[in-house]
Amino acid sequence: MSETESLMTAGPAPIPGDAHGRGMREHAQPRGSLREAWGHRELLFFLAWRDVKVRYKQTALGVLWAVIQPLFTMVLFTVLFGRFAKLSSDGVPRPIFYFSALLPWTYLSNTVSAASMSLVSNSNLLTKIYFPRFMLPAAVVLSGLMDFLIGSALLVGFILYYHVGVGWSLLLWPLLVAQMALLGLTIGLFLSAVNVQYRDVKYAIPFVVQLWMFITPVIYPVSMIPKAYRPLLAINPAAGLIEAFRHAIVPSSPVQWNLLGISTVTTILGFVGALAFFKRTESAFADII
Amino acid sequence: MTTPNSIEIQALCKRYRLGTGHRTGQLREQLMHLFRPRADESREEDILWALRDISFTVPEGEVVGIIGRNGAGKSTLLKILSRITQPTTGSIQVRGRVASLLEVGTGFHEELTGRENIYLNGSILGMRRREIERHFDAIVEFSGLSQFVDTPIKRFSSGMRLRLGFAVAAHLDPDVLIVDEVLAVGDAGFQKKCISAMEDLRSGGRTVLFVSHNMAAVENLCSRGIWIDKGQLRLDGTSKEVIRAYLGSYSGEEAGAQELQIEGRGGSGEVRFTRVELRALDGAPAPIIQSGDGLVIRMHFRAERRVERPAFTVRLYSSMGTLIADTSTGLHNVAIPATGPGDGYVDLELERLNLVSGRYTLMFKVEGGVEGRVWDEDVRCYLDVEPSADTGTVRPLNSRHGLVYFSQRWKINGAAAQVEFDDARRVDAALG
Repeated sequence: MSETESLMTAGPAPIPGDAHGRGMREHAQPRGSLREAWGHRELLFFLAWRDVKVRYKQTALGVLWAVIQPLFTMVLFTVLFGRFAKLSSDGVPRPIFYFSALLPWTYLSNTVSAASMSLVSNSNLLTKIYFPRFMLPAAVVLSGLMDFLIGSALLVGFILYYHVGVGWSLLLWPLLVAQMALLGLTIGLFLSAVNVQYRDVKYAIPFVVQLWMFITPVIYPVSMIPKAYRPLLAINPAAGLIEAFRHAIVPSSPVQWNLLGISTVTTILGFVGALAFFKRTESAFADII
Repeated sequence: MTTPNSIEIQALCKRYRLGTGHRTGQLREQLMHLFRPRADESREEDILWALRDISFTVPEGEVVGIIGRNGAGKSTLLKILSRITQPTTGSIQVRGRVASLLEVGTGFHEELTGRENIYLNGSILGMRRREIERHFDAIVEFSGLSQFVDTPIKRFSSGMRLRLGFAVAAHLDPDVLIVDEVLAVGDAGFQKKCISAMEDLRSGGRTVLFVSHNMAAVENLCSRGIWIDKGQLRLDGTSKEVIRAYLGSYSGEEAGAQELQIEGRGGSGEVRFTRVELRALDGAPAPIIQSGDGLVIRMHFRAERRVERPAFTVRLYSSMGTLIADTSTGLHNVAIPATGPGDGYVDLELERLNLVSGRYTLMFKVEGGVEGRVWDEDVRCYLDVEPSADTGTVRPLNSRHGLVYFSQRWKINGAAAQVEFDDARRVDAALG
């Protein structure tokens, strides 16, 4: 159900809509307008709420799964890369070093995977009812934050346990979370739209995400990368972001503003591009899905 | 005109491209296009005009029934009106809050409880949270499921789901309601409830667009009828006259017959099929064929000379070309006496057509004589089967549910399982 008037045109110009005097405005609510999205804002929360509700239904461990993935990976990384391979952790206690990066990384990889499938896996909705289509990937982005928050509580536990002195840089944290969600939304919007037509996305995602982790400073600190190669690293918008997550917790070294700045700019530009692409393709979703 | 229009449709066209490359989408094929000239881009046979030049207006408060055969474009029209898909050309204006009900319980989630699904479904249908809260008790009461609101709906029977879904939909408060064939399912009592809910909307001055194969329901509910045929608006008038014309288009001797193609036939030609008629078991022309109907396939033929021992074969194929059934007079040891020269017909009577809705192909063959030659073969006509309540299911069955269905009973540990609704009966019975 859409609020007030709706109007769709294609090809020939529409007939003037003032004939009957009750304010039939043309283009009152073109598809995908901000006003329309605002009218459907509650749906976004209901879809996100559905994802959260359903995610751990009928699992024995329930919400524990939200922390199991980053926690076990952290333990493994600490032993493998810390103890055995002796990779640098910039002097940060290794559990915190890995966990603070794994938390946003887990969010990103899970969100990108789930958001890319969000249109296709809800094809019954797409073909039966109209609502702004971007709500589906956006709901995934939103619902993933629940797991992220639960994991963050665990991170607080680590910080207290290791007596890490947090500083003012912790204020950066909420901004980083926002940027992380925006990055997830950007990639999710783009890939979900591509996935409607090209199911290749489904096969590409698992291994691309895996490769993506290696070019993101999750296992290693940026300081390990030779200076000459850092501009290359900066191309990856997750790089500066993940590194900043670490610095926000443990201000052992100054925040790499240039890396983070590049990440912010590319994320915002990417979002604008992805949104434009999504809006250009969404009108055909129901026909080709 | 005194009442303003709530729907204005102008020169509406919708084109679908059928080619495999665009629909199933492999990136590789798209990349190949870069290297090959796009000669096949607009091949005529790849394009389907689902709707061609449709124009009409609906004044506020009118209840319009849209009728037509399967594949005529009714559902496409509804999808465009409910903004699910966009027209290729032409314009549409809809004034006011639009609720479209192309399915009952869209977006229900198995794992969520009845209560949670009421919120989710209501929200998907466009209700505000406060609206849902306000109507919540009424919705539960309408559904009659108050003791199950906190049970996950995966434990619900299909009938309970249907009731819950419709209960939510009945509490939408739209200015324009678009309904597709939801009455084809459910038992008579349920259908009566749906119809009275729609009548409430009508008396409340709301605009309703209603697609149905159920002529009784259309005639009772709608003041106006629109007949869509092969993507075009065939007739627009009072529901009575449109229904009469629609049914009439099948009942004439000529109109009821299916044309048979001339080219591509095999055989020596001593006997040729001239046309095929589809009739009901009582011999009346069958205007529409629904799942579960009895069917008489009448094959008219012309024999050039007197022929001995003709044998007829009828094969039924799915739209994907799967052979569903093959039967013949020879197989059933039916002896047909010598016939011709001249015209004649042979009837194949089928007690109950338990095919799911969709388009099927019938293939005919006639052979015989002492030497057993094939006289005519590869003769085709379409068989369109419309959904019906006969399948006893909450949703109309289509190709996703296979090709055929069986009348069935479920038992648990030897005891009959409870069915929420009796086997679905036609709404005609409920109304009549």
